[in-house]
Amino acid sequence: MTNAAPLLDLTPEEWTAIRLSLRIALTATASSLPFGIAVAWLLARKRFWGKGLLDGIIHLPLVLPPVVTGYLLLIAFGRKGVIGAFLAEFGIVFAFRWTGAALACAVMSFPLLVRPLRLSFESIDRRLEDAASTLGASPLKVFFTVTLPLAVPGLIAGTLLGFAKALGEFGATITFVSNIPGETQTISAAIYTLTQIPAGDAAAARLVMVAIVIALIALIASEWLSRRAGQRFHGE
Amino acid sequence: MLTVDVRRTLSDFTLDVRFASGGTTALFGPSGAGKTTVANLVAGLMKPDDGRIALDGEVLFDSAQGINVPAHRRRIGYVFQEGRLFPHLTVARNLDYGRWMNGHPRDEAAQERIVAMLDLGTLLQRRPGKLSGGERQRVAIGRALLAKPRLLLLDEPLASLDAARKAEILPYLERLHQEALPMIYVSHHPDEVRRIADQVVRIDGGKVTAIGGIELLG
Repeated sequence: MTNAAPLLDLTPEEWTAIRLSLRIALTATASSLPFGIAVAWLLARKRFWGKGLLDGIIHLPLVLPPVVTGYLLLIAFGRKGVIGAFLAEFGIVFAFRWTGAALACAVMSFPLLVRPLRLSFESIDRRLEDAASTLGASPLKVFFTVTLPLAVPGLIAGTLLGFAKALGEFGATITFVSNIPGETQTISAAIYTLTQIPAGDAAAARLVMVAIVIALIALIASEWLSRRAGQRFHGE
Repeated sequence: MLTVDVRRTLSDFTLDVRFASGGTTALFGPSGAGKTTVANLVAGLMKPDDGRIALDGEVLFDSAQGINVPAHRRRIGYVFQEGRLFPHLTVARNLDYGRWMNGHPRDEAAQERIVAMLDLGTLLQRRPGKLSGGERQRVAIGRALLAKPRLLLLDEPLASLDAARKAEILPYLERLHQEALPMIYVSHHPDEVRRIADQVVRIDGGKVTAIGGIELLG
């Protein structure tokens, strides 16, 4: 394993990019999860005016060029943007901050988070919810004790897909918050920078390894969680 | 005492029923006569177009007064044809669900009595996916009883079972008489109804065609 040692000998800058990537992806996933659950439930269960439009808007980041999404975020949430200027008065700034990167990742990963959750909600036997209400559960309690626990497989799948997307997001992030080491430079952005300089190959290779390892860990964790959830429903 | 006087338009006919019930009343009639709909209206899972439903003097639904008590506040237990146990909870947690939702204190005595009455002792740590059809229905009955309802609705609780399983559950249903709990038993099987009900409300094509004792079964 003599070759592995220098390969994993990461510089402080590389560690910073890794920590930042994880922080951004975790923040993006955790903060979009409640919205994702609410939107998935609305789309699965309710009929309302503008439902098709909402569905379309959520899926837009999936089909738009990421640069366009990043640019739209810049217009809306930049310091002079409509929403950005308003939020700045409360001290909330997204432009060129790691929080902005988290916002870009959240927007880009949102459709991937919502889709499996929505399918899970749609596949739940609603007669179980009726049964819960005859046992005295209010609609809110029905949601938290029956609907959401039964949607756990979709929740796991959506969270993992969203997290993976957030971890790898590049185009919208770099457009919206640029590529600032220590603030907005994620693993992807760091690899991109390293490929632009002549001596960057070794460092790029190290970060590529790290990206693969993180992705594998996330996949294995999700697989394990899904299996446990499956056992809970069908096993002893 | 339950009084029902409701109308509801369904896809192939209009349901229009009026009856009063104390003790154990069977809603008896052919499949598709609207019996399950009546049970759903009483439970609050469906809303009548108009009419009135009252239980022990409390109005649960009254279209004239704009009253419609939601299902979770009616305290009406419901045993469905297919059990509808929560697949993600153990039998013990299924049984405890009503108490948990209503915020009642634990009642070990009631729990033990009902577990013994329905022979559920060996099933408590299992999950519904590992139960037979008959076991599932027994748990469903126990779950409904432990929520301490004022009225128990049973909608063809034996319909999904084969003859052997039916014979297994029927004695448990007869034991429900000891509970002194008013019941509505929905069925199209005269032999089940004869063993369980005191009063029979015959329903056909969405209308009550006769009300009387078990002699109506012919």
